[in-house]
Amino acid sequence: MSDQGEAVVAAVAAVADRLEAERSYLTDLDSAIGDADHGGNMARGWAAAAEAVADMADPEPGDVVKTAGKTLLSEVGGASGPLYGGSLVFASPELADGLTAETAVAFAETYLEKVQDRGDARIGDKTMVDALVPAVHTFKKSVEVDEMTPVEGLSKAVAAAERGVDFTVPIRASKGRASYLGWRSVGHQDPGATSTLYIMEELLGVARERLDVTEPLPDDAESPTVPDGEVTED
Amino acid sequence: MKKLINDPDDVVDEMLDGMVAAYPDQVRRLPDTKVLVRADAPVDGKVGIVSGGGSGHEPTHAGYLGAGMLDGAAAGEVFTSPTADELEELVAAADSGEGVLMVIKNYEGDVMNFETAGEMVEMEGTDVAEVVVDDDVAVEDSLYTSGRRGVCGTILVHKAAGAKAAEGADLAEVQRVAQKVVDNVGTMGMALTSCVTPEKGEPTFDLPEDEIELGIGIHGEPGVERTDVMSADEITEELTGAVLDDLDLDEGQEVLTIVNGMGGTPQMELFVVNRKLQELLGEHGLETWDAWVGDYMTSLDMEGCSITVCAVDDELKELLGASAETPALTVK
Repeated sequence: MSDQGEAVVAAVAAVADRLEAERSYLTDLDSAIGDADHGGNMARGWAAAAEAVADMADPEPGDVVKTAGKTLLSEVGGASGPLYGGSLVFASPELADGLTAETAVAFAETYLEKVQDRGDARIGDKTMVDALVPAVHTFKKSVEVDEMTPVEGLSKAVAAAERGVDFTVPIRASKGRASYLGWRSVGHQDPGATSTLYIMEELLGVARERLDVTEPLPDDAESPTVPDGEVTED
Repeated sequence: MKKLINDPDDVVDEMLDGMVAAYPDQVRRLPDTKVLVRADAPVDGKVGIVSGGGSGHEPTHAGYLGAGMLDGAAAGEVFTSPTADELEELVAAADSGEGVLMVIKNYEGDVMNFETAGEMVEMEGTDVAEVVVDDDVAVEDSLYTSGRRGVCGTILVHKAAGAKAAEGADLAEVQRVAQKVVDNVGTMGMALTSCVTPEKGEPTFDLPEDEIELGIGIHGEPGVERTDVMSADEITEELTGAVLDDLDLDEGQEVLTIVNGMGGTPQMELFVVNRKLQELLGEHGLETWDAWVGDYMTSLDMEGCSITVCAVDDELKELLGASAETPALTVK
């Protein structure tokens, strides 16, 4: 198993542990404005994903992500299965050449694109997109423009996601089941944005532990690298 | 609450095995899935038609498997969308190489899981098209949907698309006629009682003895209006009026109608409703080309009905009247 593959397996396990720990909190958030199954669904789905990736023989990062996504698709169901799992499956080919700064940004962008496309949600609809959009944009800018390491960029992205979660509290839902409540959804934190933040926090934790962020990164496929040459923001 | 079940967790599994046992020449089950396909799927040279959704709407969906209608149907848990991996197997099993049309009812979980499955199968080289049915005129948005819900009109989409595919039409043509039905059909339903899901074992919502719910979907989700009990004729007027307002048909237009039972209503009452429905259509200057009465898309044991009206032209008449042979619907 490659170091990177191992790191991604560890990240899936960390997410599973975290979501199990947050299970009842997420369900409480969901019972206020949804159908009270988000905590259970996510905990169950990620536990199965962790189990599935732990059993993989010699996995590479893209394969691990794809397997985790497929498992979420079959275990979570509802709308969360396609949003969390399907998006992982579709973004996983971006990691085919391993985990680098470039592939990490491409992965994040594809993941976001798929979530938005599938859920047809924009910023301000009170969904996971409110956490994801600022996070992905921040990650891309940190890595490509500010030339931070991916781990530093991810740390910025987590902070942005946190602000995104806070942003969901005062606004009115216009997508998903919460939208049926109209103004009654105001004042409640979105469970999807919240679980998205938890997932990112765990990725960051594992990245910090497993990937060297203090030293300048060598330019090889086994380690995250900042892209060289000029970077344009599109 | 008394039910003919063993364990709520096994209901869907055991139902599917029972269906296969009832129609062994017509349907078979894909191993380790909740997907049923027609016995001879995939049919060589024919576009595949698949559908699916939560269980509890029997005979929808697997009841419409067979010549002239569906090639495959996925059953989710009760009132829950099938998962994307099951739908992926469904689409793959229906593809003979000519592509597959996915008929999706507009419920968020269904749409997202079907689309995810469709994209995954496309990555493997299968042509996939979709049509999203949103015939329920009662609501613009609901607890489960952005936009109108997909309900009993879906059966007509299965029928028209199935007939077109049986003629040997290509995927784009099959999708076109499916969409044509969607564009010309409207439905509105009502409940006299709530349904009882196997899991919960008690009514999903509380509906007092002297009240009815208008504009319900097929999952016991809230309707648009709760009113005092009315006579069959008054209820028929309410439902028909809402559908016809939405469709806004010209005088002399030919229509196919469905009076659909929600699972707990006797045929006697459905025919009483149909009698009034046909009278009302006459008053509106509409001509009934065909009238279907029965349980087509149910909501477990809910008492109530829905009324569907579909405007038909020569093309749709030919497709909706074409022969079909399925467990739940036979047209000769």
